[in-house]
Amino acid sequence: MIETAVIENSLDVYAIRQHFPVLNRQVKGKPLVYFDNAATTQKPQVVIDALVNYYTGYNANIHRGIHTLAEEATAAFEATRDTVQQFINAASREQIIFTKGTSEGINLVAQTWGRQNIKAGDEIIISSMEHHSNIVPWYILCQEKGAVLKFIPINEDGELLVDEFEKLLSNKTRVVSIAHVSNALGTINQVKKIIAEAHKAGAVVLIDGAQSSVHLDIDVQDMDADFFAFSSHKLYGPTGVGVLYGKKHLLENMPVYQGGGEMIKEVYFDKIIYNDLPYKFEAGTPNIADTIAFKAALDFTKAIGKEKIRRHENELLSYATSNLEQVPGLKIIGRAKQKISVISFVIDKIHPQDIGILLDNRGVAVRTGHHCAQPLMDCYRIPGTTRASFALYNTKEEIDALLTGLHKAIKLLA
Amino acid sequence: MKEHKTIEEIEKEIVEEFSLFDSWDDKYEYIIDLGKKLPPLEEQYKKDENKVRGCQSTVWLVAEYRDGAVFYKADSDAVIVKGLISMLVRVLSGQSPNAIVNAPLDFIREIGMIGHLAQTRSNGLLSMVKQMKNYALVYKLKNAV
Repeated sequence: MIETAVIENSLDVYAIRQHFPVLNRQVKGKPLVYFDNAATTQKPQVVIDALVNYYTGYNANIHRGIHTLAEEATAAFEATRDTVQQFINAASREQIIFTKGTSEGINLVAQTWGRQNIKAGDEIIISSMEHHSNIVPWYILCQEKGAVLKFIPINEDGELLVDEFEKLLSNKTRVVSIAHVSNALGTINQVKKIIAEAHKAGAVVLIDGAQSSVHLDIDVQDMDADFFAFSSHKLYGPTGVGVLYGKKHLLENMPVYQGGGEMIKEVYFDKIIYNDLPYKFEAGTPNIADTIAFKAALDFTKAIGKEKIRRHENELLSYATSNLEQVPGLKIIGRAKQKISVISFVIDKIHPQDIGILLDNRGVAVRTGHHCAQPLMDCYRIPGTTRASFALYNTKEEIDALLTGLHKAIKLLA
Repeated sequence: MKEHKTIEEIEKEIVEEFSLFDSWDDKYEYIIDLGKKLPPLEEQYKKDENKVRGCQSTVWLVAEYRDGAVFYKADSDAVIVKGLISMLVRVLSGQSPNAIVNAPLDFIREIGMIGHLAQTRSNGLLSMVKQMKNYALVYKLKNAV
């Protein structure tokens, strides 16, 4: 019975692939195998169509014109906000702020809430596995305010040491900013527990959802995150769009970020009345086309079902893990019990760059290097890894192509 | 005495060698072989000031000026890059500063390396060329004064 249920619920990956035009292309004379999904995912035709339809059908600036095109564009733009609200289960649509991406969301919090609330001697806790986007904004803030940046250590498997985190927490802790999922290792962090502990210490918590939002079910209320930031382009949507979610009382009390049109209500020579949420943080003409097309991406994954996608990706992960483990000299970096479909590895005496070049020569796209997480690489005392990250359109045959490519590369390089 | 070949002559040799290969597999095999054969740089030179910036792998490059010519020694922790360095050293080492500064280095494009190794930070080929030319420029300017 269970067998049947699994088959009925399994994803028809070959049908899914038909939605992604780029997957038909060849690279270096070989069919493209795209395993750099943690960097950015490919886009389904519906997303591309949404972009084209906007520009061919109703391109207009939003929120101001009273003409038909402006109304249509505004409606489509705001519809994305509603979809995002449901996607992360936010309490209200005003809590969804559109940004350029995750990095801008984190910078926004650091530069507004942070500048208002952080003073000399305060402490900000991040982890050793953060992406530079969740290190540098806090580093800049600490430099400016004389605050202290602290790092939660990790174990050999690439899991956060929650006990050590609890020791770092004190009445000086103002902010805890943690990746929901590590981009380099795939580790799923226990954010609910981390948030609860941080709240007990009176700290505000930002969750970097850049890597998690495409794989996991996101419920910002259940998680109790104060801020949650993520990007459209890692979710099959266009580049240049991100979301910052925040708790309402925090967003309302935060100073404005950038000045410009849209974020103001009234402007006089001697005073300015700022707009309400969420527009208060959306200065200037936003990225209208890409934001509209982002909805198509969210609808696309919703129609397939995240659970189904997750099951498929987990299958790919375990297939790849067990096969990669057989490769002589290969060591997987990041063996957390809870992982998304990302595998980072190193091979004895072989530089990741050589692997990356030779795999690319066979049409296999992987990421090599430090993955914008240099402190993490220092923890493992390695210059970088080769990372394969899987998405809903990847197949076991593609993993076989990776393995064949790896064996050939090792033979050449060893 | 070894016959002195010009930069253009050596470039032409390399282009001819590469024309024998049918596939990129073979080209890479050759480049990797060159990389493995390039003598490792002495440890004393492997310091930060000799690192070439812009490379995903670590590349060390040292230059020496002697009898009117620049001599290069280089190394990398990645073998394909090392093979590329080996070719650059073959072309440029032992040439006059003036010839190095003005070297067109068309062979990189002609053997198809540009396009295959994109101009991103993932390869430091162009950074290496720039650094080698910078050394030559310094010697050229020193000679001028």
